[in-house]
Amino acid sequence: MTLWGVLQVLTLVLIVAGAALAVWLKDLLAAVIALAASSLLLSLEFYLLQAPDVAIAEAGIGAALTTAIYILAIRKTRRKEEE
Amino acid sequence: MSVVVRTIARIIVPMILAFGGYVIMHGHLTPGGGFQGGAVVASAVALIVVVFGAERLKRRKTLLSLLEDLGAIAFIALAFLGIGVTFFRNVLAGGGGLFGVPVPPGPNPGFLDTGGTLPLMNWAVGLKVIAGLGSVVVLFGLFGGKDDR
Repeated sequence: MTLWGVLQVLTLVLIVAGAALAVWLKDLLAAVIALAASSLLLSLEFYLLQAPDVAIAEAGIGAALTTAIYILAIRKTRRKEEE
Repeated sequence: MSVVVRTIARIIVPMILAFGGYVIMHGHLTPGGGFQGGAVVASAVALIVVVFGAERLKRRKTLLSLLEDLGAIAFIALAFLGIGVTFFRNVLAGGGGLFGVPVPPGPNPGFLDTGGTLPLMNWAVGLKVIAGLGSVVVLFGLFGGKDDR
């Protein structure tokens, strides 16, 4: 497998790991950070697939704006998830 | 937020604004355009709201609303400029005036002063996206009164 293929598989595995971490974590702020990392890696994957236009949109909307909105929502409610 | 976060935000917000302006301005040559650059600038607004609180931007709500209306009106007006032939006709391209330099055939590094109405439309869309997403974040930060930090 080429270096490009290895990098792509690694990125996809890390995206799934970040999404699973976002579901598994009980601290909601940590879950939001995991989701943002997953979104940023998805933006890297779009760049590797030679779609830089979509990558910029994903990095702006997915990684920055949704994270800010989630953090504002957590700040106005509770930080820990209830059992 | 803490002193570290506030200091880093003060350093990094101008960089985000410059990059967003670059993406909007070069939208007709490089990847990106009005929407992507507007989203980048709106993420700087979101950073300000998260770090310094939405109260700081409370008085700018009317300005953001006006800018959003201006962006929409500018986009439709630029589309109506070519109504003599068709809607959305690019009347400025190749005309020699603003953004009207004719592009030489063949591969080239990309010339900024080309594209006709497209750069102006990118600016209109960028203005609308900045004001729209920015006012969404500011209103979300103001919602529900006092923060529970």
